[in-house]
Amino acid sequence: MTRPQPVIELHGLGLHIGDTPILRNLNLTVEAGEVIGIHGGNGSGKTTLLRVAATLLGPTEGSGTVLGADLFGDGRFTVRSQIEMIGHAPALYPQLTLEENTAFVATVTGRSQNRVGEALDKVGLGGARHRRVDQCSHGMQRRAEFARVLLTGPDLLLLDEAHAGLDPEAADLVSVITNLTTTRGGAVILVTHDAARAAAIVDRAYETEAGHLRDLGEDR
Amino acid sequence: MGFWRQARAVARKELIAEIRTGEVLLITAPFGAVVLLLIPLAIGTDRPLLTRIGPGMYWVVVLVFGIMVALRQSAIDGPPQRDLMGLLGLDPAARFVGQAGATFLLLLLFEAILAPVAGALYDPQLSGWAWPALLALLPMFAFGLALLGTLAGWLTVSLTTGRSLVPLMVTPLSVPLLLSATQALEGLRLQASITGWIVLLLTLDLTLALVCVLSARSLEEAAR
Repeated sequence: MTRPQPVIELHGLGLHIGDTPILRNLNLTVEAGEVIGIHGGNGSGKTTLLRVAATLLGPTEGSGTVLGADLFGDGRFTVRSQIEMIGHAPALYPQLTLEENTAFVATVTGRSQNRVGEALDKVGLGGARHRRVDQCSHGMQRRAEFARVLLTGPDLLLLDEAHAGLDPEAADLVSVITNLTTTRGGAVILVTHDAARAAAIVDRAYETEAGHLRDLGEDR
Repeated sequence: MGFWRQARAVARKELIAEIRTGEVLLITAPFGAVVLLLIPLAIGTDRPLLTRIGPGMYWVVVLVFGIMVALRQSAIDGPPQRDLMGLLGLDPAARFVGQAGATFLLLLLFEAILAPVAGALYDPQLSGWAWPALLALLPMFAFGLALLGTLAGWLTVSLTTGRSLVPLMVTPLSVPLLLSATQALEGLRLQASITGWIVLLLTLDLTLALVCVLSARSLEEAAR
């Protein structure tokens, strides 16, 4: 019986920007259905690692695959549409309403417009759908991004400080979208400073320090 | 089919953003009209001179302010929005076409607002068939400038000095566009043949479109 391919597989991965090493000799395997937690100090390489996993940044050394696509090959362009990333800054258009932002995603990805309202309702934004993003709080903007995840149903979900600035109800949505992704056979990487909060969700935890990735399971 | 659906969605999104901010219609276009007015004030009311320099002045103002329109466009997508579009599987060429398409429509509107102002101030003495020919010239110039502005915006997006570099890049590259549009308008005024200039303008537009669409993926990746 063949073992299913890992969602992410990185071997000796490194990334230099100019002469500065951002990621060093990094090894990581994420299987389908797993939630991986990564925490570490500012500038330790967490966000860069997420961008590499999202195939948005190319590594400068090592090898790796994401959703079966080689990080150095053209296949990465194809698998990108199966990846969702929620970063520090919201990936929304400030002049557009919450509904228009979500509808834009539905149009571009070829999904039904009927699902836009449904997704916004699920994250508690049904009543604010006509409000412009630049008139929404940070928490509402985050919820709109969660609605995008509900709409697209990614195979790889990358969350960068997803709990930051959220009320308890919105913070629970992180668990909702995480569960949704893993039950569909996808995987999640959760980057956070808040290791205690992440502990309830993650299957394995890692720590980044000066570009290195340390498996915290080895210390347990 | 997916390509045009994506391009239309991008263009629609850009136009909604523009309608909500009103930057082109409420700020850039009136400013362009004021500049057209300032030139006769500066050089005096020498009617033959104004008629002679009118076509050139019109296109120069459209070019300079058109770059401002393209600049505004390149500022709409910040790094998170660019990452999002990559992760949505949006074809970079469709994104380029959508952005350039929105800029084209805005430039066309901008040209249409300035044309009667220039006509009133510079008295271009166009007659008969010259007016429909001018209507064909406007979209051709706007199309080329929209492509150039979008291309420059994409090339400079990851640079810290990006926005200020756009005029520096677009202005020299747009010289053939400016030359053909100015000469064609001058030809219309003198009732001479403008076929050569129109062919040059069309060739420039088509070449630019081809280069931009083919290089969209590389440009997008280089900007990350």
